[in-house]
Amino acid sequence: MTLSIDDINRTAKLAQIETSEQEAQQTLKQLSAIFDLIAQMQQVDTTGVAPMSHAQDMVQRLREDQVIETDQRQLFQSIAPQVEAELYLVPKVIE
Amino acid sequence: MLNASLKQLSALLAAQKISSTELTQIFLDRTNALNPQLNAFITLDEEKSLIRAKQADEMIASGRNTPLTGIPIAQKDIFCAQGWLTTCGSKMLSNFVSPYDATVVARLNQAGMVNLGKTNMDEFAMGSSNETSFYGPVRNPWDIAAVPGGSSGGSASAVAARMAPAATGTDTGGSIRQPAALCGISGIKPTYGLVSRYGMIAFASSLDQGGPMAKSAEDLALLLNAMVGFDERDSTSLQRKTEDYTGALAEPVNNLRVGLPREFFSQGLTADVARAIETAFAEYRKLGVTFVDISLPNSNLAIPVYYVLAPAEASSNLSRFDGVRYGYRAAEYRDLEDMYRKTRTQGFGAEVKRRILIGAYVLSHGYYDAYYLQAQKLRRLIANDFQEAFKQCDLIMGPTSPAVAFDIGEKNDDPIQMYLSDIYTSGVNLAGLPGMSIPVGFGEKNRPVGLHIIGNYFQESRMLNVAHAYQQVTDWHQREPAI
Repeated sequence: MTLSIDDINRTAKLAQIETSEQEAQQTLKQLSAIFDLIAQMQQVDTTGVAPMSHAQDMVQRLREDQVIETDQRQLFQSIAPQVEAELYLVPKVIE
Repeated sequence: MLNASLKQLSALLAAQKISSTELTQIFLDRTNALNPQLNAFITLDEEKSLIRAKQADEMIASGRNTPLTGIPIAQKDIFCAQGWLTTCGSKMLSNFVSPYDATVVARLNQAGMVNLGKTNMDEFAMGSSNETSFYGPVRNPWDIAAVPGGSSGGSASAVAARMAPAATGTDTGGSIRQPAALCGISGIKPTYGLVSRYGMIAFASSLDQGGPMAKSAEDLALLLNAMVGFDERDSTSLQRKTEDYTGALAEPVNNLRVGLPREFFSQGLTADVARAIETAFAEYRKLGVTFVDISLPNSNLAIPVYYVLAPAEASSNLSRFDGVRYGYRAAEYRDLEDMYRKTRTQGFGAEVKRRILIGAYVLSHGYYDAYYLQAQKLRRLIANDFQEAFKQCDLIMGPTSPAVAFDIGEKNDDPIQMYLSDIYTSGVNLAGLPGMSIPVGFGEKNRPVGLHIIGNYFQESRMLNVAHAYQQVTDWHQREPAI
């Protein structure tokens, strides 16, 4: 598996990160080395092995739907970059 | 006072021979004197710390004290603490004053501990040397040319330099144990699910676990008593009967069988670390411990599997940093997408971006099965290896890190070399097992060496017991750097 500069650019776009052409080349070099390290994984036959997503076998806890938190809008919005009329402000999305 | 155990401090405080205010001031003075050199703390706030100390003094005066009341503790800057700047080592959170307490912080506050300040760390806990911090590298008090390890490097450096009697850390692939080893202190990562992750800024949620860092196993046991407990705000928090981790400290350790995985003593292990570890084993033999040869056949896969799963989880967790509700927002942007992109590009450092890209790639269409799913299957094999091994032994031991602390700047250009510092530790996180490191001597350039102790699930008391037994007959944990 070889990474290409297109892979880097596509992935950076997915992750909402900008990379200049020079950065992309550097990233390609570093990520290629990391993927060479990761490639060892492909040599192991894992037929029939169940994937392990978590360290503990547990089920999601359920509880009655009830109000447990009080409204802390003012506190939480006090640390927001931009707020107006109790709303978080972002650039216009729809014309 | 600076080198006293938590038990000794507790007794002095309870007998009112010293007040928490005085004790806190002693550690703050030490911290103010040393921090410009070591950079172990990102945020100090004397006023806040002293208010907490005064409250602790009131608890003591009215007889409401716990064994930890009045003792200062440094908090890793990954834990949200109400009213405190909580940066996670990142520019992204350089203006984030937390509106709430992490459960760990709340529990330690409740026990009457005094928050001494927020410690430096690798950005979003991604690193093994504390060099990825936006706030500059931390220095190792044993040798200021050396890294302290990471990601909990500030906590390790602070405890080693006696700026704080205790600190909190978090461990996703070795971030408590490796810095503890490199700074010559003790640290434990409990079984996954024992310490609440609520308010602990997420890196890789299925691996992250908080834990204490201090001078000795006895100190760690006292701290664990306050940190461990069910939390309904953490969906992976375990519901278990309360355990007193100090209860088994003094048990005899003869009859104990300790497994030595042959894979941990082969290539990559430096001769000086091997020597210090062997000397520790000789001490254990005198205590009646029996060593058995074991194998963890898939341990060579721990690093590759870790570097698929942890970045995958990180790329998902870190998607929340978009400049909308809190934290950094880029100053100039054209539209919403551009705002997201500029905010993230400017707010994250190089290592964080690297891991986000790895994660986004292995989760993307067409690669999921080959990378993410395969890594999850191998994670199962790695966890199974440990269970097979524990049929032959009570605990597992080995070196915490293959080498002593390296120089600042030495591995900056080579991510792979940096990743390999966690070669013995990351498998423990993949399996969700408890692991700890205790100081067992010095290697090259007189830099500390740590012994790694791994237990089966919920064997923390046994691990602390075996570490304590060693610390009763050696004094490595009491050695202080000449700083």
